[in-house]
Amino acid sequence: MLDVVIIGAGPAGLSAAIACRESDLDVLVIDEFPKPGGRLLGQLHQEPTGEWWNGIKETEILLNRANTLNTKIECGVSCHHIEKTETGYLVHTSQELYKTKKLLIATGAAETAAPIPGWTLPGVMSIGAAQVMTNVHRVKVGNKGIVAGVNVLSAAIARELQIAGIDLHSMALPVKNTVTKDHAHPEKVMEGLVRIAHLAPSPFLRFGSKFAQSSKVRDLATKFYPKGGFKMWGMPIHVRKAITQINGTDKVESVTMCDVTPEGDVIPGTEEIINVDFVCIAGGLYPLSELASVIGCPFRYLEELGGHVPVHNEQMETPVEGLYVAGNITGIESAKVARAQGAVAGYAIANEPERLKQAMQAVKKIREAASIQFHPQIKAGRAKIHRAYQEYV
Amino acid sequence: MGINRILNHPVLGPVENKKRITFTFDGQTFEGFEGDTIASALLANGIRTLRVHEETGAPRAIYCNIGHCFECRVTVNEADIVRACMTPIQESMAIESGKVQPAPFNTPPEEWPRTYTEYEERNNNQKDGGTNA
Repeated sequence: MLDVVIIGAGPAGLSAAIACRESDLDVLVIDEFPKPGGRLLGQLHQEPTGEWWNGIKETEILLNRANTLNTKIECGVSCHHIEKTETGYLVHTSQELYKTKKLLIATGAAETAAPIPGWTLPGVMSIGAAQVMTNVHRVKVGNKGIVAGVNVLSAAIARELQIAGIDLHSMALPVKNTVTKDHAHPEKVMEGLVRIAHLAPSPFLRFGSKFAQSSKVRDLATKFYPKGGFKMWGMPIHVRKAITQINGTDKVESVTMCDVTPEGDVIPGTEEIINVDFVCIAGGLYPLSELASVIGCPFRYLEELGGHVPVHNEQMETPVEGLYVAGNITGIESAKVARAQGAVAGYAIANEPERLKQAMQAVKKIREAASIQFHPQIKAGRAKIHRAYQEYV
Repeated sequence: MGINRILNHPVLGPVENKKRITFTFDGQTFEGFEGDTIASALLANGIRTLRVHEETGAPRAIYCNIGHCFECRVTVNEADIVRACMTPIQESMAIESGKVQPAPFNTPPEEWPRTYTEYEERNNNQKDGGTNA
């Protein structure tokens, strides 16, 4: 019987494993992807200080530490079921059945689909798919592309594609339909755009983003949004244009783009054909929490945290005995926060109260200092989920 | 290797000393790098289409690249439903694209039964329970 199985070898899972190994617990980390690092691997952006955040390097640092502590990490292993037993958990995987006293689920997040007619054509992919191809596998996803979906994640990855020398025509909204909802609503998208504008190299945009914190200014800005889009890193970002159709016979050949009203409705007669050979769809992230649901962990739907989140406290414990969660499964935030949360979960599992306290403070500090926030109400969301935990104790 | 490789990157640096791996896709020989998934090795060689829709024959490729959507399923060394985006390439691996399969229904969708009663009425004479609506 293992002391702890950690599902997910991303920043949360790895740092939790390190914390557990410091107390010499018998730990096994499993991950479905062939290499450890999770979605941290693909990350590459410049911090406001000018320094580069290189996910591959950050992963190496975590792995070196884990290896020094003789941490068992098994990649290419998929977990498809978990059972609760009297003494712990049975973890069913594509390789073996693992018995463990405690379990940490650190499965991260997945991308919300934003379907557009034609989206099954080869050459259409989620923006995260393009990120991994570019930065991890070092493969060009195409020669000229377009991004459907304007949000924190898509802006960051669009920049990464540019850095790798991949040409992007622009970023625009996905067409409004029953699934794309807020992602296709210019005023709602504008709210998100305002939160990343301070990262733009243009002082004008940074300055403007301060005023745009007010909803009145934001609505005006949406209404009078320039036809050519605002440029970030030389690439037009459109919130009053939507991609209504992806065209091609055997692969992507072009997209149809239309002007939209401030509410996202297509303005007839504004169709424009743009030749591209790939399309990245960006519907944002949601916590990947099915495995917690399988064991019967209670959930709350919290918009601020990105969707359905397993109930947990500040120590990353769930109301299910011996079950812990860390990283994006607990709410969409940066890899830095996930990494810090992993340490919290690890010290909670290892029962190291002093280190646990420090790790909890570190999470707060990192959250305060974050240059990008996926949701402005993240702290309120965190407070709600921690309150929900109190209902179960 | 492949035509779509990002060999030099201004921040991540050059791709160097990668072991080359040879594999086949639908009988054609390709080369990839150690550490490639089936999907990345094929895309590096300019191959996007990994399968066709089993009924309509419409081409499909990677979508999520994290093992969730199963759009990239291929046959590897005769084992089917292998996710190209999650499976590392190996020397001499024989990969085959997904093909059109015999349709389970012999009528067009417009003529399919709309209720279970309707389905039973049409199929009650068939010994095997009948899947041909």
